[in-house]
Amino acid sequence: MTALQQRTGSVGTPVDRVDGVAKTTGTARFSAEHTYPGLTYAAVVHATISRGRITAIDTTRAADIAGVIKVITPENAPPLKPAPRVSMLNMSSIVSGTSVNYLQDNEVHWDGQPVAVVVAETSEAAKEAAALVDVTYRTTESSVDFVTARLQAQVQKGNPLLPAGAKKGDAAAALAGAAVSVDAEYTTPPYNHNALEPHSTTAAWDGDRLTVHDATQSIGWFRTHLALRFGIPEANVRVIAPYVGGGFGGKAFVWPGTVLAALAARATGRPVRLTLTREGVYRTVGGRTPSIQRVALGATQDGKLTALIHQSVARVGRTGGMPEQITTQSRHLYAAENILLEQRAVEQDVLPTTSMRAPGESIGTFALESAIDELADVLGIDPIDLRMHNEPDRDPVDGKPFAHRMLREAYAEGARRFGWSARSPQPRSMNDGRWLVGMGVASAFHPLMLFTSNVTVRLSADGTVLVRCGFQEMGMGGATVQGQIAADALGVPFDAVRVEYGDSALPSAPMAGGSMQTASVANSILEACAKIRASLESLAKRSGAVGQAPKAVLAKAGVPHVEAAVGSDTRLGKVTGQMRMMRQVMRDRRYLRAATGAHFCEVRVDQDTGELRVSRWTSVFDVGRVINPKTAGSQLRGGIIMGIGMALAEETLFDPRTGRIMNPSLAEYHLPVHADIPAIDVSWLGDPDPTMPLGLLGLGEVGITGVAAAVANAVHHATGRRVRDLPITLDKLVP
Amino acid sequence: MVDVTIRVNGQARSLDIPPQVSLLDALRERFGLTGPKKGCDQGACGACTVLADGERINSCLALAVQYDGREITTIEGVDDPLQTAFVRNDGLQCGYCTPGQICSALGMLAEYKDGAPSAVTEPDADPGELTEEEIRERMSGNLCRCGAYNGIVKAIQETAALDTEEVSS
Repeated sequence: MTALQQRTGSVGTPVDRVDGVAKTTGTARFSAEHTYPGLTYAAVVHATISRGRITAIDTTRAADIAGVIKVITPENAPPLKPAPRVSMLNMSSIVSGTSVNYLQDNEVHWDGQPVAVVVAETSEAAKEAAALVDVTYRTTESSVDFVTARLQAQVQKGNPLLPAGAKKGDAAAALAGAAVSVDAEYTTPPYNHNALEPHSTTAAWDGDRLTVHDATQSIGWFRTHLALRFGIPEANVRVIAPYVGGGFGGKAFVWPGTVLAALAARATGRPVRLTLTREGVYRTVGGRTPSIQRVALGATQDGKLTALIHQSVARVGRTGGMPEQITTQSRHLYAAENILLEQRAVEQDVLPTTSMRAPGESIGTFALESAIDELADVLGIDPIDLRMHNEPDRDPVDGKPFAHRMLREAYAEGARRFGWSARSPQPRSMNDGRWLVGMGVASAFHPLMLFTSNVTVRLSADGTVLVRCGFQEMGMGGATVQGQIAADALGVPFDAVRVEYGDSALPSAPMAGGSMQTASVANSILEACAKIRASLESLAKRSGAVGQAPKAVLAKAGVPHVEAAVGSDTRLGKVTGQMRMMRQVMRDRRYLRAATGAHFCEVRVDQDTGELRVSRWTSVFDVGRVINPKTAGSQLRGGIIMGIGMALAEETLFDPRTGRIMNPSLAEYHLPVHADIPAIDVSWLGDPDPTMPLGLLGLGEVGITGVAAAVANAVHHATGRRVRDLPITLDKLVP
Repeated sequence: MVDVTIRVNGQARSLDIPPQVSLLDALRERFGLTGPKKGCDQGACGACTVLADGERINSCLALAVQYDGREITTIEGVDDPLQTAFVRNDGLQCGYCTPGQICSALGMLAEYKDGAPSAVTEPDADPGELTEEEIRERMSGNLCRCGAYNGIVKAIQETAALDTEEVSS
C-alpha cells in the first residue's frame, strides 16, 4: 500500500461542523447581511383578492413618505421575460415557483401575490410606504376551498422519475373478497416550511451584470433562471449563498421576492435588499399541499396482505405547483398481491404549492402507516409482526431488485433499544398516574436518486487540498462531510482540506433537494481525487519518488500543485453532463434504491384534558454508510422533529371563502419548541449501499417520513382514539 | 428624529433615528451587527435575542430609543464556553437561530441562578442541578426549525455544570 492509499480515517468520525465557529460567534453572514454602497431597501405590496384584475393603483400617499425612492407597479415596472415552460430537457426550467410574470400585467392569481414594490432609503420607510399603496381590484370568481373542490380533481400526470400511480392485479376485487379489511380516509393540512431565516435577496447590477445574494438551495438554477428573465447571458449572473438559514424545500424554487429584488435594482439603478417579512414568506412562497387520502387494505386472517389501495387528492395553484407523489411509499413497502395507487390533483386560485421535506412520503406514510396499524389492531397482530409478515423480497409492483433493504434489521434493533416488548397489546391499557401511555411504530421510506455534479480538486505542494463546488449548505453539514471524503480520498488530514461552496462562480452542483446532494457531490469528488492520485503516481515515477507522500512527490517533481476537474460548465460540458446524468438515471432504474427506517414513539395523554406529550423516541435507519455521525444524527433528528410538528401542531389555515392564509406568523403557526421535544435516540445500521458512492444514502428527508403515523399510532394505543386528521390537537382527544 | 446613545458590546454608539426603529433593526442595519437575527419581527421566534444589562430580551420587540444609555450585548460581544459547547454538541444546523439561542441561554442561566421561577420549578424551591426539563422549559422561546434542540440542551447543561464546578472548587 502506498502512502497515497492509506486512509486517514476521517470518514465515519464525528468531526465538528466546519462553520460552527462562524455560526456561534455571529460572523456568518446570511443573505440579508451583505451591504453595498448606496444600498436601498424594498418592501412588497400584496394582493388582497384571490383572483381578478387591478383596476387602479394610487401611489401618491406612499411616494410622499420621506426616503421613498420609487414605487414600482405594473404601470412603470421594467420589462421581465416570462418564466420558462417546464421541460425535462432543461432541468432548470422546473425552478420557477409560479408562471406569473411579476408586475408585467394587472392580473391577480392568488391572495398575497405581489402587486407593487416600494424601494426606499431605509427599511422603515419602505415598510411604511408599502402599507400606503392604494390598490383597487375587480374580482373574478375563484376556487379556493380545497375540501369542496376535491371532486374536480384530475388524475395527476406522472413522469419516468416520479410515477403518479401503479396497478397490479385487481385490488378492488381483492379488497371486496378479503377476509379482513380496513378502509379509511386520512387528511393532512397545508404546511409551511418556516425556515427561520426569511427569504431575502440583495441584488446589485453593474451594467448588464447582476450579483445576487439570495437565500437559496438552488444556486445554479437560480442563475439560469435570472439570466433568462432579464435577458442577459448566464455568465453575467452570479448567485452567492454560503450561508442559508434553513430551506426544507421552501428555498428550492424561485419565488417572487428574488425576481422583484433584481427588478427593483434595475428600476432604481441602486443595489436593493428585499427581505420578506414572515407574513410575506407565507404570502409569496408556496407551502406543502393539503391532502385527502384513502387507504384500503385487505388481508387474510393470518395477516397476509391481498389488497392495497392508496388514492390521494392534492392541490396545485393555477399558476403552478407541486402535487407531491403521495402514494410512492405504497408502491414499495408491502408485498401485497394486488395494488392500486392513484394520485389526483385540483387546480385552485391559491399560491402554487411546492416541495417540502420528503414531498409525497411525509404525508403519504401518515395514511399508509396508520392504516397498517389499524389493520394490525383488527387482526390482533403486533404491528411490527404484521409489517414483517408482508416485507417484500423484491419491489412489489415491478419486481425490481432492491439496491439495499434492511427494514427487518431496523425494526429488530429499534424494538430492542426502545423496549417494545414492554408494550401491552390492548389500546388504553397502559398508564402512569393520570397519563395514558401509548407506544406506536411506523416505517420511514424515502427513494433516492443520484445527480451529477461538477467539481475541481487541487492538491498543493504544501499538502493542502482545495475542493471547489457550487453546492449549497443550509445546515446539512455538506461542507464538513465533503471535506472528510476528500481528506480520505487523498490521504491527507481533515484539517488540510478546504471546501469552497455556495457560489455560482464555482463548478455547478445540483440543487439541495431530494436528499441527493451529498452523494452526487461525493461521487465527483471521489472521481477527481482518483485522477489526482493517478497524476501523482506518474509524477512519482518520473521523479523517482514512488511510495512517498504527496507533498514529497510534488516537491521532488518541482510541481506547485495537481488539479483535477470533473465535469465542465462550458456549453459542451453541460450537454455532456446532461447525457451523463441520463445514463446514470437509466442505470439506476434497474433497481429500487431507498433509505428506510423504523420509528418508535411513546406518548402520554392526559386522561381528562387531552394534553399530549411525546415522551420517548427511538428511530433506527438504514441510510447506508454514515460519513459524519454528528451531522447525520442532527439531520435525522431534525426530520423527526419536523414530523412531530406535522403530527401535533402545525397547520396553515386558509380562509375557505377568500383563500387568504389566516395564520401567517410564527405566533399562530405552531412549530415544535424545546419543551415539545424529548431526547431523541437515533441510530443507523451502517451497512453501505452497494449502488452509491462510498455506500452512502442521502438522509435529509427519510427522518420525517413515517413520523406522523408513529405518533398517531401511539395516540391510538394510549387512548383507543384513532385520529385520521392531522394535526392531532387536544380537541380531537378530549373525552 | 431622536438622538440615542447605546453601549453596544462595551462601546458607546450614537444614532439619530426615527422613533419607530426597533433595537434589532438599529443593530443590524445601522451598526452592521448582523449577529442578532430577524426570524419573525414579532417576538415569536427568539432569533433576535440579545442581552440588555445582562437580561435577555427580544430586540425586535424593543425600540432603539428605549435603550438610550443602556448596555446591549449581542453575540458579537459574547465570549463564553457555551459557544464551543454548541459546536461540540452540534447544537446548530443552519445557524440562523444560534446567536439567539446562545444569548438566551446566557440570560436564562443567570435567571436560574437568581432563583427565577418557571413552570417546572416552584417559586420557593431550591434550584438544584439544572435538569434537561428545566432547560427545555426555559428555552422554549427560542425556536429552531432545523431541530437541533437535543444538542442545544446538552450544550447548555454541560456549560452549566462547568459553571457549578468552578463555583464549588
